[in-house]
Amino acid sequence: MPRGRLGIIGLFRMPILTPNRFKGKLIVVEGIDGSGKSTQLSLLAQWLRSQGLAVAFSEWNSSPLVRETTRRGKKKQMFTPTTFSLIHATDFADRQERFILPMLKAGAIVCADRFAYTAFARDVVRGVSPRWVRNVYRFAIQPNLAFYFRVPLEVALGRILGGRDSIKYYEAGMDLNLSRRIEESFRLFQGRILEEYDAMAEEMGFHIIDATGSIEEQQARMRQIVLEKLSEAIASGQILQKESSYRAHAAAAPVL
Amino acid sequence: MPMQQPLQFYNEPLPGIDTGELQGKLIVIEGPDSVGRSTQVSRLRTWLEQQGHAVLDTGLARGTLAGKGIQEAKEGNTLGSVTMTLFYVTDFADRLENEIIPALRAGFVVLTDRYIFSLMARGIARGEDSVWLEKLAGFALVPHAVYYLRADVPTLVSRVVMGRGSFDYWESGMDMHFGADMYDSYVRYQTRLIRALDRMGRKYEFQTIDATKPADVIFRQLQRSIGGLFARPARKRK
Repeated sequence: MPRGRLGIIGLFRMPILTPNRFKGKLIVVEGIDGSGKSTQLSLLAQWLRSQGLAVAFSEWNSSPLVRETTRRGKKKQMFTPTTFSLIHATDFADRQERFILPMLKAGAIVCADRFAYTAFARDVVRGVSPRWVRNVYRFAIQPNLAFYFRVPLEVALGRILGGRDSIKYYEAGMDLNLSRRIEESFRLFQGRILEEYDAMAEEMGFHIIDATGSIEEQQARMRQIVLEKLSEAIASGQILQKESSYRAHAAAAPVL
Repeated sequence: MPMQQPLQFYNEPLPGIDTGELQGKLIVIEGPDSVGRSTQVSRLRTWLEQQGHAVLDTGLARGTLAGKGIQEAKEGNTLGSVTMTLFYVTDFADRLENEIIPALRAGFVVLTDRYIFSLMARGIARGEDSVWLEKLAGFALVPHAVYYLRADVPTLVSRVVMGRGSFDYWESGMDMHFGADMYDSYVRYQTRLIRALDRMGRKYEFQTIDATKPADVIFRQLQRSIGGLFARPARKRK
């Protein structure tokens, strides 16, 4: 889907995130568990690196600063929808302030596995107000590219339930009391998150990738979109790269 | 002073809370560092208990979920300002949902040493957007009363120097390097905090108390005003 289509409504819509005024670019992937987004992002990052570009990687819920707090909350099941949402926002803020912003300023391509959109989908399913959680993340840098890996629920569930031995309490949305059986709860929870992603896809300008296709097909599509979107920034030398003298032609057409 | 009955949320109701069930009183003591808040809170607690009220006292970063994490984060060498705000708001939400609201439901008087206003003031002093902060903390309950213990910076400086004897890194806003050394940074940061609190005081109807006066005078003033909170509903109707 083409992005950046500013209709009349789009023109008057308040920007919900912070514009990226830096040299670097932010690429994010979203999708429910089992959509294959992490696999695709790591293939993309590897390819970008092989082109001599500076790539930084950041994963949802990975800040060492809040790790202990998150662990305590999960272990003792202390989270409410509001505190669950806020601790993830704290985690993201720490990664953005400490890592993502400096990397963007330096001119790197920052690849983020999950982003604020995860909160917009998941926290809303948990019951927090969509308006409130969108405001919480207003400090987040607007991605230059947001990929949404759309996959039917049953396909994703097949990948997850086959491949892993246990689903955790909050992952399955057990705090929502959807079902006492963890697999059933997981199924219902993921189904609702999927609906939220679909509902916001247009508003957020997601590039939708059909995640039922082969891994190769999806990756080729992703690279094509990245080239379309970033080739100018690469060619102009805005993005930090290995050999600056090589910049002009190497960047014009990296090989797929 | 306006009385809310029942209690209300500022902006965004917390999911699953019926404010009609909240019978207690929510009383906030606000003010900058070293202004004497904790002295007043502990005296008020004793007094209220003597009057037969059950009291819960609480304050920033004291929650079971995030209190320890915040302390540890402040001991480290990097803590960004947005991260700090969100971490404190997480702690506030945890205490609101798991301590304050249950206590109000049980009819307690909740005395809180600082509330969302200090969190917002710290963010504003560090250049964060006040509208963002207001909406972020919009799930807070509107208290029955907010007492703002106000003192000027020279008074605060003299209390820090005569009392603890040294400037605290965070109380001086040294994370933002507002000045060349702890003293300069303290003065600028506390000036900004007070300015932000003053502005909020008008919007959120704080009752300002001159905290340069002796502690006994402040205490009597608080007693009189808080006493009034309990007298009023009994006289209402019938």
